[in-house]
Amino acid sequence: MNSLLIKGGHVIDPATKFDGKADVLIVDGKIAAFGAGLDAPGIETYDAAGCIVAPGFVDIHVHLREPGIEHAETIESGGRAAAAGGFTTICCMPNTDPANDNATVTSYIVQRAKEFSPVHVYPIGSITKGRKGEELAAIQSMKEAGIVAISDDGNPVMNARVVRRAMELAKSLNLTLIEHCEDLNLSAGGDMHEGVNSVRLGLRGIPSASEDVMVSRDLLLAELTGVRYHVAHLSTWRSLRMVEFAKSRGLSVTCEVTPHHFAITDDDVSTYDSNYKMKPPLREQNDIDAIIDGIVSGAIDAIATDHAPHAGSEKMQEFERCPFGITGLETALGLSLDVLVHTGKISLMRLVELFTTGPSKVLDLPSGTLAPGATGDVTIFDTTTPWTYDVQQSFSKSRNSPFHGRTFHGGPIATIVAGKIVWSRTWGLA
Amino acid sequence: MTTSAATPAGLLDIESLDRSEIEAILERTRFFQPQGDENFRRLETLKGKSVVTLFFEASTRTRVSFEIAARRLGADTISIAAQSSSVSKGESLVDTLNTLVAMRPHAIVMRHAASGAPQFLARHLKIPIVNAGDGTHEHPTQALLDARTILDNRPSIERLRVAIIGDIAHSRVARSNIHLLSKFGAEVVLCGPPSLVPQELASLGNGITIRYKMEDAVRDADVVMMLRVQLERQHEAPMSASEYFRFYGLRPEHMALAKPDALVMHPGPINRGRELSSEVADSKSSVILNQVGNGIAVRMAVLERILG
Repeated sequence: MNSLLIKGGHVIDPATKFDGKADVLIVDGKIAAFGAGLDAPGIETYDAAGCIVAPGFVDIHVHLREPGIEHAETIESGGRAAAAGGFTTICCMPNTDPANDNATVTSYIVQRAKEFSPVHVYPIGSITKGRKGEELAAIQSMKEAGIVAISDDGNPVMNARVVRRAMELAKSLNLTLIEHCEDLNLSAGGDMHEGVNSVRLGLRGIPSASEDVMVSRDLLLAELTGVRYHVAHLSTWRSLRMVEFAKSRGLSVTCEVTPHHFAITDDDVSTYDSNYKMKPPLREQNDIDAIIDGIVSGAIDAIATDHAPHAGSEKMQEFERCPFGITGLETALGLSLDVLVHTGKISLMRLVELFTTGPSKVLDLPSGTLAPGATGDVTIFDTTTPWTYDVQQSFSKSRNSPFHGRTFHGGPIATIVAGKIVWSRTWGLA
Repeated sequence: MTTSAATPAGLLDIESLDRSEIEAILERTRFFQPQGDENFRRLETLKGKSVVTLFFEASTRTRVSFEIAARRLGADTISIAAQSSSVSKGESLVDTLNTLVAMRPHAIVMRHAASGAPQFLARHLKIPIVNAGDGTHEHPTQALLDARTILDNRPSIERLRVAIIGDIAHSRVARSNIHLLSKFGAEVVLCGPPSLVPQELASLGNGITIRYKMEDAVRDADVVMMLRVQLERQHEAPMSASEYFRFYGLRPEHMALAKPDALVMHPGPINRGRELSSEVADSKSSVILNQVGNGIAVRMAVLERILG
């Protein structure tokens, strides 16, 4: 097991509200202590002067494409991209081929992750068999095999009765149910947000209502069942209002937003560049404003990337023919710093919370803290140095990012998993 | 915000052109209009140039119009009907185009069923691309020839009241015309069933209003532009053909509400008894056949501007 002394950094730990100069000592893969002037003879030292030292970042929404779609991503390549993005824990969605709807697939993912991923990988199981929205998947067996939540992400469960039964089961198993909120009848055929831009560009629209209708349905069912319910990639201001309302009534409801949904709008679709095509679609400025307000107020619990790699041959097509989704692990922190912190909207403490304790609470994960005894996962980042994202250098097997060539101010410097430096800006992957 | 009309000076859309560029094309078109008569002599402006017409969607009229235009200017044309070629075998658009570029044409005229397909290619290729219609986005030469046809009958487009009627949401002809007419200061009235005329259309430019009743739309109109009913889009607005014609088909009683000498236009091919009655189609207000003739002249002006 690895030991490491991280010296001279500025530690931000939302779990203990610590915000100041401190050293962090990891012994045998676990946090042993953090505080001023720690000394540990014989233990490797990492100089974090000038950097922020935070609990390892957690991304509860990624697509690793393994098993079955390995030409786009694998657990190894996605894990590496996560490490390079400052994430030490990622949760992978079940839309693999076959879907992660039974314990065999779950175990396969867990095993592959142990062997090949530099970061922790927790699988999310599907709600229904084959993600078809009809018959419940083998949820209890998957729970035993290691899933941390259930979701049919990408495919919303359209049948309210099925969702209700899944919620009842999830509650009994202490699993969060994550919904990709989209009414498929309202969004059918749509390629981008429905609004002035879709009309102008002659592309079929996905109305905000397709998300809002589903969020409202689910919140009612969450109240009925008492499940821990989470809205994936929330993108509209009305959905946020409804989540706030549910929270104010004491429901166990959380939501995440992706960096692209608060950083760019549907104006960017104007070039028909398929790297601006994802679900939910890029919305309008008033949605972004509401989301940023929600990030500031605490209504939004987590930032998650919805990292969705697609091979070039699939993504490089006419806008209306290419698949939905963009990669995001390597750009999440840079975007969040630029859009949220450098603009003065939120503090670094709040930023770190959105990447650590926030997402950990959503799925009841043990990650996201520097408390002694916790796994020695640490994210070291910088808040000023400009760097330019070159998608050709990405660790992901796919290249579908709209942020190629964008310059960020600050970003990941080193990623430490259980006391081992798995990636650093200087040396690359371990 | 705007898409770039300028690959190496192709023509991708009307939206990103400014009024003076459009005026220059329309003015130059006048020079080519007499070329259609029997004294026509083949020009040599584009001698030695080759133009590929690449149609991923069948459209004999537009393709032939471009080919005649190119040949009258002395260019060679190569026609590729892509839906019958390797495209149907799963070859990607980029690969198809790379193959074409290797043949070194001087320009590509393309039609594609996907909105933005020419913009997509323009980003990847270093060849001028003329958009001959992309999905439900734009059809710039149609708007240019429509403007030329109006100007052959009116001194100016400014302050004309132009009603565009039909499935606006899915019409590339409507979109290009809305941009052009709005840039020229026309009063544009859009009309059709609500689900085919979304409110957002009003923000495409200045002077655009939306009406859902034919009578309101055609009243005092100087020009009535009918759009072809596209049966493949009918799932968006379930409405029987007879119901459609009853409420959105152009008939003589509508023309009685328009200005006395109002023009009736249609991008063709027309569906008699579906979007307009035979009486209207064949009436003296109809300039539908003039539109066809102007198609060649305007495409000559466009090709000359790009390749001359």
